Amino acid sequence: MIKLIIDGVAVEVEKGTSILDAARSVNIKIPTLCHDDRLKPSGACRICGVEIEGSSELQASCTTPAREGMVVRTQSDRIRASRKQLLELIWEDHPNECLSCQKAGECELQDLCYDYGVEAEGFAPLKVRTPLEDSNPFYTFDKDKCILCGKCVRVCEELQGESAIHFVQRGHETAISHPFEKGMAYSTCVSCGNCVEVCPTAALMPKTEEKFRVWDIDKKVRTTCSYCGVGCQLDLVVKDNKVVRVDAARDGENEGMLCVKGKFGYSFLSHEDRLTTPLIREGDGFREASWDEALDLVADRMTGIYKAHGSEAFAAFASARCTNEDNYVLQKMVRGIFKTNNIDHCARL
Amino acid sequence: MTNSIKEVIHNEVIFVIGSNTTENHPVIGALMRRAVKQGARLIVADPRRIPLARDAHIYLPIQPGTNVALLNGMIKTIIEEKLYNEDFIRERTTDFNAMAGALKDCSVARSAEICQVPEEDIRKAARMYAATRRGGIYYAMGITQHTSGTDGVYNVANLAMMTGNVGVEFAGVNPLRGQSNVQGSCDLGGLPDVYPGYQKVTDEKARRKFEDFWGVEGLSPDLGLTLPKMVDQALEGKIKMIYVMGENPMVSDPDLNHFEAAIDELDFLVVQDIFMTETALKADVVLPAAAFAEKDGSFTNTERRVQRIRKALDPPGQAKADWWILNELMKRMGYHNAFETPEEIMEEIAACTPIYGGIDYPRIDKKGLQWPVKDKDHPGTPFLHKERFSRGLGLFKPVVYRESAEMADEEYPLILTTGRLLYHYHTRSMTGRVPGLNEVVGESYIEISPDTASRFGVGAGERVKVSSRRGEIEIKVKVTRNIKEDVVFIPFHFADAAVNRLTNVALDPIADIPELKVAAVRIEKMA
Repeated sequence: MIKLIIDGVAVEVEKGTSILDAARSVNIKIPTLCHDDRLKPSGACRICGVEIEGSSELQASCTTPAREGMVVRTQSDRIRASRKQLLELIWEDHPNECLSCQKAGECELQDLCYDYGVEAEGFAPLKVRTPLEDSNPFYTFDKDKCILCGKCVRVCEELQGESAIHFVQRGHETAISHPFEKGMAYSTCVSCGNCVEVCPTAALMPKTEEKFRVWDIDKKVRTTCSYCGVGCQLDLVVKDNKVVRVDAARDGENEGMLCVKGKFGYSFLSHEDRLTTPLIREGDGFREASWDEALDLVADRMTGIYKAHGSEAFAAFASARCTNEDNYVLQKMVRGIFKTNNIDHCARL
Repeated sequence: MTNSIKEVIHNEVIFVIGSNTTENHPVIGALMRRAVKQGARLIVADPRRIPLARDAHIYLPIQPGTNVALLNGMIKTIIEEKLYNEDFIRERTTDFNAMAGALKDCSVARSAEICQVPEEDIRKAARMYAATRRGGIYYAMGITQHTSGTDGVYNVANLAMMTGNVGVEFAGVNPLRGQSNVQGSCDLGGLPDVYPGYQKVTDEKARRKFEDFWGVEGLSPDLGLTLPKMVDQALEGKIKMIYVMGENPMVSDPDLNHFEAAIDELDFLVVQDIFMTETALKADVVLPAAAFAEKDGSFTNTERRVQRIRKALDPPGQAKADWWILNELMKRMGYHNAFETPEEIMEEIAACTPIYGGIDYPRIDKKGLQWPVKDKDHPGTPFLHKERFSRGLGLFKPVVYRESAEMADEEYPLILTTGRLLYHYHTRSMTGRVPGLNEVVGESYIEISPDTASRFGVGAGERVKVSSRRGEIEIKVKVTRNIKEDVVFIPFHFADAAVNRLTNVALDPIADIPELKVAAVRIEKMA
């Protein structure tokens, strides 16, 4: 174990722990833009710079390992000035669009600029806006809002294993792009959205059916994905009784990862084709019915067939998409009322 | 899965057979790639060059229907080269010699010939897997949907047991379940042979227990019918009515023409669903159900973790949760359940289902628990068969290769295999209504190798007629090098050009699972 002092607090951590993680272990918060616990630290944004006694330069706390006897300061005038200057440099190159940007309120850059008192200039020089890259059906890429933190590139490579995007060019021309630059829809991207999930600004944004501001959201509801059997945990973001976005849960077994269906495949919920009322066959079609009428009819017909033909005339298909509770009640009905074990489901299909 | 999802990252060897993991279980697929980046070795066996094949150290492009032969080749190699784990076999298992004896006449060379892969690759894969005690096998319907499906599963278990790669952490026999709650619907008695918690319907003690617990008399002591047998009996007029909850067999079942004829014979069909599915269109009564986001409950995932789902939205119109509908029906038929909420149903489940014994909503509020969870103090079970197998000693089963029910011949010279795509789910009743997903893949297609395409004179984007002994469909051609010559692939999601009009309903004799992965077909260019 290694002992060091951070902001006057004695900290003990395992060898190899970064200063950032050492500070977090005693609830000292250091701001970051390019850091993600699941990724190798990259030290790209420098926002997490701290003072270390004996070192003249500020050091990126995410990439600097804690060493025995270190004395670290995470707050000082010099650190504040440095962070403010870094943010001003990023802001200088960022569209002044917070008024119309859907990320406002959830934007890490906006939050940090607020914390460090970065002012938006009234008459910033007009910049030529790069057109929005919107070829992918599920998300957009706004190059001008990218701060080059590289989290998207690292998530795609280190966690998703696709490496569909990377840095291109050098110096001021550096950008995130993909081979041949024909548009993300024509790349090897699998649209998992795990890059969108970690983007600190509005550079990568999910395409949503409607505009909404984060403060207009009614609720976020933690649930389990309804597609494959991995059981990823996710939050349904709800506004006006409609899911407007899906966020991956970091604390599920999926550790913040989703796939294209889990992340973007939710709009069927509010599709106009949803069944909204019981239907009873009439000739080649159906007519609408009340629950009472439909349930009475089903109960009567089932009881009638059971009485006339016995248990063996009845069968039920349970569902691999319904809940444990739903399935339990169905098999209880089949076994308890119709006295048959003729129940199965598509586990075989 | 005997083991847990997060253990993948600690596997030293990952053996994927009959699972297109990155497309069908994408988050586990991504974890496998991470493991490989960290140094894990990856073996992939699949007739298609699936995306994970590019990450594989050994890729075995086996012929569809030859899993058992491949696994026998690996087992034989391990026996011949004495790479098995003697201690594990002696202490934890039984009948190893019977299993090995059944392979007396089997040679690795013959396996290679059947699978159409180099003998040395089978040997290399066997050595790679046998050399670790942290080897995880991952499989899906590519193993099970065969007339030899049960044998395939036995053989996966044989391989794992002979190398000591089961009953320990970071290894295991890991079937990947394809649907959000396929594990849970099996666990809670959605099968014809078991009550909740896999308590046998043929066991008198279990039957008495449920009669007492439910307050009913005369529970059936007979095994129920499996789904394919229900269909047969409906066609014969013995089954008069079917109650369908949240399933769309009119797209997902094999040999749809046969299925449709059977459904048309019924006196009464009830379908409870969120959309007017192809099956609902055939119903006498359609009941509108709440979707997963509109009700409370729980799903059990592929690693046996029971997790909450929560109501985020009100259902549209008068749609109701499935359990509510069933509860109301039971009331009308004179049975009053003692619950009014899903939470109370889970309390009842826990009281009669030993593997769910310790589960309640407060305990799974933040994080799900992996069954068995025997009581309220039990922490759940990250991996099964620790120290001893559930049955005591691990039982080796002798397995001999059998050909698929249908093989290619002059009339039907190609082998058709089926599966899923990343962008769709099952019969597309949900994903087919998500515009972005349809923009990426909006219609079905048949994958054909360049050699096969040129031999039949068809090109990319052209339409062909594909026929089997059971039916025919018209479909667009996709030419790809990612499939073997003389093998074709069609995703089963699409109701238009439904591949299940072609598939074979021949069943595995033990599990009654149809051979959806192998059917003989021919293709003809459309005029």
